[in-house]
Amino acid sequence: MSPQPRLLQVLNVLSVLSLAAAAVMVFAYAPIERVMGEVQKVFYFHVATAWVGMIGFIIAAVVAIIYLVTKDLKWDAINLAAVEISLVFFFIAILLGSIWARPAWGTWWTWEPRLTTAAILEMIYLAYLLLRQGIEDPERRARFGAVYTIVGGLSVPLTFVSIRLFRTIHPVIIGGGGSEKMNMTGEMVTTMLVNIAVFSVIFITLFWHRIRLGQFAEKVEQLKLKLTH
Amino acid sequence: MDDSPQTTSKSSKWSEAGRPQAALSSAVHRPASGYLRAVLAVAWKDLAAELRSRELLSAMLVFSVLVLLIFYFALELDIKARMDITAGALWVTFAFAGTLGLNRSMSIEKDRGCLDGLLLAPVDRSAIYFGKAISNLAFMLIVEAIVLPLYSVMYNVNLFHPGLLGVTLFGSVGYAAVGTLLAAMSVQTRTRDVLLPILLFPVIIPVLVAAVKASSGFLTGAEMAEITPWVNILLVYDVIFIAVAFMVFDFVVEE
Repeated sequence: MSPQPRLLQVLNVLSVLSLAAAAVMVFAYAPIERVMGEVQKVFYFHVATAWVGMIGFIIAAVVAIIYLVTKDLKWDAINLAAVEISLVFFFIAILLGSIWARPAWGTWWTWEPRLTTAAILEMIYLAYLLLRQGIEDPERRARFGAVYTIVGGLSVPLTFVSIRLFRTIHPVIIGGGGSEKMNMTGEMVTTMLVNIAVFSVIFITLFWHRIRLGQFAEKVEQLKLKLTH
Repeated sequence: MDDSPQTTSKSSKWSEAGRPQAALSSAVHRPASGYLRAVLAVAWKDLAAELRSRELLSAMLVFSVLVLLIFYFALELDIKARMDITAGALWVTFAFAGTLGLNRSMSIEKDRGCLDGLLLAPVDRSAIYFGKAISNLAFMLIVEAIVLPLYSVMYNVNLFHPGLLGVTLFGSVGYAAVGTLLAAMSVQTRTRDVLLPILLFPVIIPVLVAAVKASSGFLTGAEMAEITPWVNILLVYDVIFIAVAFMVFDFVVEE
């Protein structure tokens, strides 16, 4: 059992402190939005978590290709870590978006392209995890996982485009794409950027931990095999 | 169980002797025709087996008719609703019947050890993929060719529009391209048949959205400018995923 590297320990502390600082900034520094009021505060976390989900999604797709080329199981652990983190953060982003949409658009859920695509992406991730669950051989699990990540990663942009087209031809009842019409003051933009930076740090920390966890799990597996033989 | 070591020893002998020879002869003669012949051989094998047993097509057909009946009772397809829902009902039917066919066509290969036999053949593995994809596409098209007239008769809607038939073809191509790849993966897992729709449906959504919108566009007599974007999405999806499946199929059957 190797101890956590010094840099990771620093990141742990930094993540907690910066998250606290970001929360203070959102509630004390950023002004209250005139139209939507207090609920608009959720927007900062919503954008930041969606950002982390997006990074995880892109890393997963790139790493999947690297795995298929190199066949090094190390990349599979990274692929799984990226997918899991992306799954959780997109879920948080959808929940936060829902909390925001209720007062802003008058509904918890709307078939807005980004929202729908995020939901479908969640389904792809869940399918990915189910696929992995059904395979014992680690090498085959890694291969299938990588292939499915690539197929899913390519279908998501097309899904987004098709849903967008779907919406523009149909009448949009509830202000689709309303988020970018928000007029932000300088303080708001700063708060948003700080939040994105903070969540990026949190992402790196979690990512690192998850990869380490994957490595440990592999070690345990090998030790178990040694014991039984 | 017992013959598996035998098969592997055979496989190593074959790959030593058979492959280079085949590669050489195909390089000397026409390389494309050898590949094409392998693709057609795999597809023909499936079609011939199906012609004799008819288990797959009959299951798909009966299932499709049942889905159409369920739609009638579930949605109360009166004249007004029919025009709006027809395209959606048809594609839901095709998508569900399609998973039946894909599962069956791949599990036959896996259960009777035919997949190993196919993999031993001295041809590029993507030829096996294309062969399977073509036979799966053929099954889908046959089912569609029967379901469409049946739907027309049952619901008194005229579905014989060349545009609609084209959309059905392009949609089925995309469906079979991705479905064959994912079915080849899902039959090698513990959960098998259960897994295929879960893997397939989230990634096939662009095809379903585009096919439904384009089909209903043709049925309601919408302008071409409204339909073209959907047809484009279908074509783009088909091209991208045939290319991807061609590139990654090796990793799915590799042992």
